[in-house]
Amino acid sequence: MTDIAARGYTDPSVLVSTDWVADNLANPDVRIVESNEDPLLYPSSHIPGAAEVDWTRDLNQPVLRDYLEKEAFEALMVRIGVTPETTVVFYGDKNNWWATYAFWIFQLFGHSNAKIMDGGRLKWELEGRPMTDELPSFGPTSYLAPKRNDSKIRAFRDRVIDHMMANGKLVDVRSPEEYSGERLHMPDYPNEGALRGGHIPGAVSVPWARAINPENGTFKPADELSEIYVQQQGLKPDEEVIAYCRIGERSSHTWFVLTYLLGFSKVRNYDGSWTEWGNLVGAPIEK
Amino acid sequence: MSEGDRYPAKLSKLLRRISAAGTRAERIQTLIDLSKQYREVPQRIATRPYSKDHEVPGCESKVYMFTEDKGDGTLEFHFAVENPHGISARALAVILAGTLSGAPLAEVAAVSTDLVYDLFGQDLSMGKSMGLQGMVQMVARAAQRGAGAVADGGLGQSARSMSS
Repeated sequence: MTDIAARGYTDPSVLVSTDWVADNLANPDVRIVESNEDPLLYPSSHIPGAAEVDWTRDLNQPVLRDYLEKEAFEALMVRIGVTPETTVVFYGDKNNWWATYAFWIFQLFGHSNAKIMDGGRLKWELEGRPMTDELPSFGPTSYLAPKRNDSKIRAFRDRVIDHMMANGKLVDVRSPEEYSGERLHMPDYPNEGALRGGHIPGAVSVPWARAINPENGTFKPADELSEIYVQQQGLKPDEEVIAYCRIGERSSHTWFVLTYLLGFSKVRNYDGSWTEWGNLVGAPIEK
Repeated sequence: MSEGDRYPAKLSKLLRRISAAGTRAERIQTLIDLSKQYREVPQRIATRPYSKDHEVPGCESKVYMFTEDKGDGTLEFHFAVENPHGISARALAVILAGTLSGAPLAEVAAVSTDLVYDLFGQDLSMGKSMGLQGMVQMVARAAQRGAGAVADGGLGQSARSMSS
């Protein structure tokens, strides 16, 4: 795998290597943050000094289906020892799927000094780097966040409907089986949390993990990503694109790829995604 | 299964132990400790590549389940968790195999997917919940089939056919 800087990304500064993280473990201006799907993973072991941000407990509201508000975000930043000047580096399991989700939510609060560790937890472990189960403690910090800004990178249902009606570009990043509306599971096994299967009319299918080298979890170089999203699917960097999956986690990964690695200027993540659309009375569905 | 218990005796006992953990962190540590007891499926039961017929649906940790006839009208459950990051799946595999193997099949068949939340709490993603619930359902269904086979006169053949 080539160096990040040589891969042709629009904004390579948003990715850091495992070497960079290893060199900055003791840097007080850097906070390493692990974000996983499996709640047992971080407590079992993590990069020394890394904090945990758990998407269910930390990033979602407990009752309303929505993300945390400004006050809760500020409290989270204080808990993990982050100031507005801190460089936050996310990593996690599932090829950084949950790390990019946390990254995306941090952007709703304008914490732009954020990066993703290329390759995530998989690459760090493959390289035999140190892990610990020791929980870090952080000194007191203060953090004044702006009000959450959903307007630039988040799409709500009405915008998606308007976008679809205008034949705007939509990317369905779920599996081909989910996209086609086939049942993923045997009868009587859990379904997708939606009453109907299929995809939003006009959406193209690009499973999120196509952006990743599966052997070590790193992002593919820009020319390969461009082949997938631009040449094969006809997406254009200057057009508005809305990405979706089931609840917006996998599509945050694609949002990250399109926005930072390929330089798309108007990408939004529809976090209502299929659990909203597939349950919405009267919403058009294509199979 | 004693009256008032929703689960077979050994599983109920383990749940009480986990519930007794005072904090979420202690409960998680108990589950992590259990995950470390995970052992690979014995080669006499199955070898890689595992058959898709034994794959737990909806589980992204690539989990496979196999059963073995214990010869006393009960089943031994074996799990292969192929994702090294699938610690929750490993913990659940250890719990299911350790507490439901040898339990009366009718009781195992009645184990509900609520078990996942009783063990892990509500802080699970939908995908993770689905995968773990899939493991519970696969065990319950195997027990259901096994119980049917016993009623028809023999578990052996049914159990063998479930473990390729």
